[in-house]
Amino acid sequence: MIRAILARAKQGHRTTKYPKEPAQLPELLRGYPRLNSAACPEGCRECIDACPYGAISRTPVLSIDMGKCLFCSACSRACSHGAIEMTCDAALAANKREELIVREGEERRMARALDAKMLALFGRSLKFREVSAAGCNACEADTNVLSTIGWDLGRFGIQFVASPRHADGLWVTGPVSENMYQALLLTYEAIPAPKIVVACGACAINGGPFLDSPECRNGIDNIFPVDLYIPGCPPHPVTILDGLLRLLDKMG
Amino acid sequence: MMSASILKLYNGTSVPRRDIPELPLEEFLRAILDATDHGWRVSAYFGTPDGGDFRLYCLLASKAEGVLGLLGAKVAADAALPSIASLCPQVSLFEREIAEQCGLAIEGHPWLKPVRFQRPLFNGPGKGVPEDKEPGVMDFYQVQGHEIHEVAVGPVHAGIIEPGHFRFQCYGEQVFHLEISLGYQHRGIERFMIGGPHPRSPYQMEAIGGDTTIGHGQAYAMIIEALSGTRVPARAEAIRGIALELERLANHTGDLGAIAGDVGYLPTSSFCGRIRGDFLNMSAVLCGSRFGRGLIVPGGVGFDCNPQQAGLLGSRIATAREELANAVDLLWNTPSVLARLENTGTVSEETARELGLVGPPARGCGLNRDIRRDHPFGIYRMSQIPVVTATTGDVHARTLLRWLEAEKSLDFIEEQLRQLPAGVYRNNAGAIAGDQVAVALTEGWRGEVCHVAVTDETGRFGRYKIVDPSFHNWQGLAMALRGQQISDFPLCNKSFNLSYCGFDL
Repeated sequence: MIRAILARAKQGHRTTKYPKEPAQLPELLRGYPRLNSAACPEGCRECIDACPYGAISRTPVLSIDMGKCLFCSACSRACSHGAIEMTCDAALAANKREELIVREGEERRMARALDAKMLALFGRSLKFREVSAAGCNACEADTNVLSTIGWDLGRFGIQFVASPRHADGLWVTGPVSENMYQALLLTYEAIPAPKIVVACGACAINGGPFLDSPECRNGIDNIFPVDLYIPGCPPHPVTILDGLLRLLDKMG
Repeated sequence: MMSASILKLYNGTSVPRRDIPELPLEEFLRAILDATDHGWRVSAYFGTPDGGDFRLYCLLASKAEGVLGLLGAKVAADAALPSIASLCPQVSLFEREIAEQCGLAIEGHPWLKPVRFQRPLFNGPGKGVPEDKEPGVMDFYQVQGHEIHEVAVGPVHAGIIEPGHFRFQCYGEQVFHLEISLGYQHRGIERFMIGGPHPRSPYQMEAIGGDTTIGHGQAYAMIIEALSGTRVPARAEAIRGIALELERLANHTGDLGAIAGDVGYLPTSSFCGRIRGDFLNMSAVLCGSRFGRGLIVPGGVGFDCNPQQAGLLGSRIATAREELANAVDLLWNTPSVLARLENTGTVSEETARELGLVGPPARGCGLNRDIRRDHPFGIYRMSQIPVVTATTGDVHARTLLRWLEAEKSLDFIEEQLRQLPAGVYRNNAGAIAGDQVAVALTEGWRGEVCHVAVTDETGRFGRYKIVDPSFHNWQGLAMALRGQQISDFPLCNKSFNLSYCGFDL
């Protein structure tokens, strides 16, 4: 017993101070894109051709679809004019699919809070049932990590629960394989209404690396109404937490 | 002892397809039996279309000789492939996979059931699997008796876990038999690879199993390098080694915490949950991604490691070592924890050998096998890493092993950071040679990761076979449950911590 107490003292209190203090992010993190079409020469397609998932377009201003983006930064490395940069900004989540498209010159659209009625219901206690529908276990791992003492998700009243009957929302990772489709639908149905749906990671949003697989359904966008999209492959835990806190109006 | 019917080659190399001996089917099967009788293991066994028929390839591995062996055979699409699973259980699942992917009839298989509930990989030859196969719907092994009951769990489990279906045959609390039915995570990765490499292939290879991004990413890079004759700079090999060991550390630490959590010992569970994140963050120091996405590229690494990064990693490794030792030490000093780990979920060495287990579950049974030493690749050809084994084959062995392996990985990373070779970190990969077979094995944190590529005459993949360590090991978990209390399933499961998506592909 004494050993455990001594170890407890040694390990200390290490929960992140986020959102009260800025999160500590790796310097090389590939996050919110910064676009500068003014640098683009006429007819240049370097970034567009570098993206195997078609996340970039130019009309003529540059735009990146963060729902398709795997944040690999192949575009910014391919660009010899400095028109695209993946910044160390991890706040990426949005409420609507089209709000994931970052278009130069447009206002940044971050996730907004639920409406007053939903906030009254879930603002202080929000329970999710997670379903991995062909996820690669990276989104799952970095969702799971939020429940460790390093992040302590419970302090915001958010928790992942075992039964959909106990849940207020469905949390989906993965591109939704045909083999998981039925189980996913049943889990959604088992959650009492009103309910919240979160698409966590590139796969759940748009199919991710497995876009257009005949064995998958390109995520949940055409299956359920989605309340929160969390981009990334996988999203950094800060990206997930940031999105959740914005949804519950807990950033302030 | 081996006959001339096997073409010997080294890990991370490729050979012309025509050099691989093509044997009459019976001789081919006899050669596999002969080799496995003499201590060779089956690393991969798969079929690929060849005209209107199929060609079978078997990749064998010999620890004693430090070489791999390839052999092939042709089988007509309407012929039946005789099963050798009763004589050589380690090919059982491979044969089931061949039946499912190629639509070949398998004759005399003792346990012929769906593997992933997938449609046939190849249209055309073969009889095909009925289209209406529903995942998890199959004939499960049943025990009959007055007080026998059946417990069905999954596909959706009670946590943030991947899906799979488990069927227990129980007598009271005691498990007589566990059968595991997977396929829910099937994304069609091998189908995607046909005709590749495609621009999307590297991303899919890194997502075979997200927690094994480096293990699979390295295997894919080795395949491309072997096929294109690309040399990897020494500096890149060292960085790849650091990344692979960081991946091992993160996952072993997570498992140590999760095992502690499953026996209700919260201090180690809490501490390790956080320290695992520290290791993931170290991977992010190298490349910005906690899972090492984009770090391994054919020809080297996508990111260099400058002196500042190396210094930061060095100091974080030192801190993490101290904190991890402190957290894990509690386990060995808490009798109530040890009592739960010891003699739980035991797999015998004989069973492990017969099933062809790999990685920590094999080494926990005393099987001294590790690709890093037996078929060294990359940095492990220059710097050896000691292989640890345990003998008891129980949850305790698999737990202890993870800690001992973590220690070795820490030492290894410190050594590599001290002597990071100078020079470039990436060479450009050239064109891919046609009509070749390339093999790549790495030792991921779960064990042997195996990729085999067969190219056509134009240098495209005719077939790309992936064998995740979990493919070998799920049956080990089923055996570990025999005679156990069903309430110990989570603990046994955690001590294996196998991949669903790596298996399902």
